[in-house]
Amino acid sequence: MSNLLLVSIIILYLVILFGIAYLAEKKSKSKWVNNPYIYTLSLAVYCSAWTYYGSVGVAAKSGFDFLPIYLGPVIAFPLWIVLMRKIIRISKQHKVSSIADFISLRYANNRFLGALITLICVVGTVPYIALQLKAISDSFGIMTTQSNVDVTNVLSDHTFYIAILLGIFATFFGTQKTDASENHKGIIASVAFESILKLIFFLIIGIYVTFYLFNGTEDILSQIAQKENFSSLTNFNGLEDGMNWFFMIFLSFMAIFLLPRQFQVSVVENSREKHLKKAIWLFPLYLLLFNLFVIYIAWGGTIKLGDSGNPDYYALLMPLQNGDTFLALLVFLGGFSAVISMVVVSTLALSTMVSNNLIIPYGFLEQFVKGRTEKNDFYIKAIRRVSIFMIIMAAYLFYITFSVESSLISIGLISFVVIAQLGPSFFIGLFWNRGSSNGAIWGIIIGFCVTFYTLILPLIMHLYFVDDQFIDQGPLGIEMLKPHALFGIDFLNPHAHAFFWSMFFNLFTYLIVSISQKGNYRERNYAEMFVDSQNFNDLQDNALVWKGEAYVADIRNVLIKFLGNERTERALSLFFQKYDLPQDTQMADARLINFSEKLLTGSIGGSSAKILISSVVKEEEISLVEVLKILEESKENITNNKLLTQESTALAKMTEKLQQMNDELIKKDHQKDEFLDTVSHELKTPVTGIRAATELLIDDSEDMPTEIKDKFLKNILNDSERLSRLINHILDFEKIANGRVDFNQKKHDFNTSLTTSISSINQIAIKYNIKIKRLSFQSVIAQYDEDRILQVLTNLLSNAIKFCKPDQGVITISYEVVSTHLLVYIHNNGKAIPAEDKAYIFDKFYQSKNQNTVKPLGSGLGLAISKQIILKHNGEIWVKNENKNGVTFGFQLPIG
Amino acid sequence: MKRKILIVDDEPNIVMSLEYAFNRGGYEVFIARDGEEAIQIIQDILPDVVLLDIMMPNVDGFQTLEFIKQVPSMHATKVVFLSAKNKAVDIEKGLSKGADKYLIKPFSVKKIMVEINELFN
Repeated sequence: MSNLLLVSIIILYLVILFGIAYLAEKKSKSKWVNNPYIYTLSLAVYCSAWTYYGSVGVAAKSGFDFLPIYLGPVIAFPLWIVLMRKIIRISKQHKVSSIADFISLRYANNRFLGALITLICVVGTVPYIALQLKAISDSFGIMTTQSNVDVTNVLSDHTFYIAILLGIFATFFGTQKTDASENHKGIIASVAFESILKLIFFLIIGIYVTFYLFNGTEDILSQIAQKENFSSLTNFNGLEDGMNWFFMIFLSFMAIFLLPRQFQVSVVENSREKHLKKAIWLFPLYLLLFNLFVIYIAWGGTIKLGDSGNPDYYALLMPLQNGDTFLALLVFLGGFSAVISMVVVSTLALSTMVSNNLIIPYGFLEQFVKGRTEKNDFYIKAIRRVSIFMIIMAAYLFYITFSVESSLISIGLISFVVIAQLGPSFFIGLFWNRGSSNGAIWGIIIGFCVTFYTLILPLIMHLYFVDDQFIDQGPLGIEMLKPHALFGIDFLNPHAHAFFWSMFFNLFTYLIVSISQKGNYRERNYAEMFVDSQNFNDLQDNALVWKGEAYVADIRNVLIKFLGNERTERALSLFFQKYDLPQDTQMADARLINFSEKLLTGSIGGSSAKILISSVVKEEEISLVEVLKILEESKENITNNKLLTQESTALAKMTEKLQQMNDELIKKDHQKDEFLDTVSHELKTPVTGIRAATELLIDDSEDMPTEIKDKFLKNILNDSERLSRLINHILDFEKIANGRVDFNQKKHDFNTSLTTSISSINQIAIKYNIKIKRLSFQSVIAQYDEDRILQVLTNLLSNAIKFCKPDQGVITISYEVVSTHLLVYIHNNGKAIPAEDKAYIFDKFYQSKNQNTVKPLGSGLGLAISKQIILKHNGEIWVKNENKNGVTFGFQLPIG
Repeated sequence: MKRKILIVDDEPNIVMSLEYAFNRGGYEVFIARDGEEAIQIIQDILPDVVLLDIMMPNVDGFQTLEFIKQVPSMHATKVVFLSAKNKAVDIEKGLSKGADKYLIKPFSVKKIMVEINELFN
């Protein structure tokens, strides 16, 4: 493939990536950018060119040794989620923007610790980036069949330009905001896109090799088995290999937390905690898929190419050898994707650290204090941008000077071991409140020195002095100090060996220093905050113990320098609102100081924020004991508050209940009033009729025509009857309702009782020309007070007559026995009962609007009395509108 | 010309006595069985006085009074409540709605006649 064509394809691909990143920035709120899949895919930045090309190389040379690097994360992932939740919570709370910020925050924003971690990360990452550049250069060379890349002339080296382009990409999308703890949606979206591409292209080449070049996995296996060194590739050499594997898995487990790029994508770029839930199975699945074909590509390459090609690039060489240039181009682009995402995210993470933990706290703080907002903003961004280019250029220089001969994986592993030095202070600091900043600093320094001696120094000696005597015999011939077999441990591979000893010394130093030297009160304060993350959300701004004198105005001035007027005022006003303080508060308290430090952390890093804020406040020394006491108190307060809240909710519930009861009583009282009103109205009405008629009869007896006289007399009679009926009913109802009536319950045949009641009502039915149809005649023996049940039946029947239209009315009566109950149905074909009446129809004096006669025959108490009677028999009474037409009144009585 | 009276009550026995008495007293008597019926016929009658029960099904006395007050052509129409509700609050409520008088059941027919006639002096 021609040079020019490949360059144009690369440029086209970069343009596409820019487009994706640009779109994602523009639609940063969209669901397409904020979802657990994008999050998981961005985690796959773990799979760099080292994975893409290097794994195949390792597999070809030493079998399955490539696996531990991926098994570590897969095995540890459930634990990863648990820890991550805590780490993300703390980080979001404190606007942490890098791992250096995170660890130094744990040790009270120690400035030196932050700088040290940054240096470790730079030392660990720059060679790693160089490795990626080497992969680009190598694969570019293979694609264009330039056997040797001319590295003497930088300007004619394509890799140089690609590095510059990546720097521009990282600058453009990585430094748009001054607050580095905010998400970089554009970069993350492009990384996710690249993660898809590299996986798909790698799977394609795997399938191509396994099923196109060979006849499936068995074919490869049988062919490779004939090679002489095959058994050494697949055999597991007992305990020694087991130890190597163990340490490699452990190493990669730490790397998934500690690599700056992993911390960037998993913590800083995390937008929602719940995205972790999807990542827990999706990311291991991704790693698994990625490693599916590694061994087959490696063996396929060994069979097809043997030593004629660099095993790292078998995936490229095989399709090229076979003439499938397009396929090779896909593989190249997959590898290129792996490189870009790793380089961009790593430089972004590193540049944040370099600016916030190294350059700003050690050189620019004073200038910032004098400067104006816009200028500070400009400087902060400029420092980050320059850092990005410095890092990329450093990596490029490293690549052209050092890494020509080393294979991809050896540099990668050195990086892992260097970064792993952060492990003890990071992991133990999360759970052990005694871990101190001095312990962390010395642990890291000692650990790094051991790594340097056991891993980096031998490599330099080997490469530049071609002096293997140092490695083989130890310095000055001292056996015990052989760098690859320190103190006689000679069964580990160099990387596992270096990891083991550096971790041993690092951990030991960290623990000893922490135990023997107490950290200051501030350190312990932060330690409590990290360790006690269960209460973390509750503690928040209260978690910082601080005593002294500080003015809001001074703090405001500092904030304005970095956030600008508007954002500062908004933040302060929100703060005052949250804690219910007046907006013109003069004196600052611990909460405001903590809050202000957090506000600045994203822009200039935690230690700078602490230094700046403490420069304008006058802090008093507090003893460690006092800090612990105050923390304990605030924890207690939280518990007490919880108790108080519980109690007050219980009180509120009780009040509500009382209110309900009160309402009910008032309602009952109201009902009683209404009842009395109704009773007096019902009593007065016939009395009024009688009184008026008698008066007229007496005063006007001479002139009154006889037929009118008769009518008046008849009215008087009717009214008197109505009056006595009403009085009887009222007395009856009250007696039954109050339980002052004895029910004479005996065995009766319901058949007979029904006959009796029908004959008593028949007269009225005939008068209105209403038919009574009786459907049931069987005898049912039940225990009841016959007079009372007759009363119910008569009430229901006369009620049914009232609801029927005269001349068209049909009343249907039936009954049946269902298990232990007698059920009676009295149906009439009148209008349905309106829903609003149904609930009240059995209430005293409730008269439905649907009755046909203007004034009911009854007293308004008939149904209410019936209900009482049925209830006293332990039965039930109900009314139901039928679907077709009519209404059924029914009741049930227990038999026996 | 005879004065027109509209008696609105759902009790036929009471209505019958009143009808008889006012006929004899020289009124032209109209009858409605409840508020709803009263509202239907009242604008055709334009009575001089309405004798109005309060507790009636469908449309009660208060609602009927409200309707009457809204009709411009019945500005001069007198409205007298005739109710069994005899508590002070009831009476006050009735008068505050704009009734001219509030009379109580049971009543003396003679006294009712006097009270109604008084309205026109």
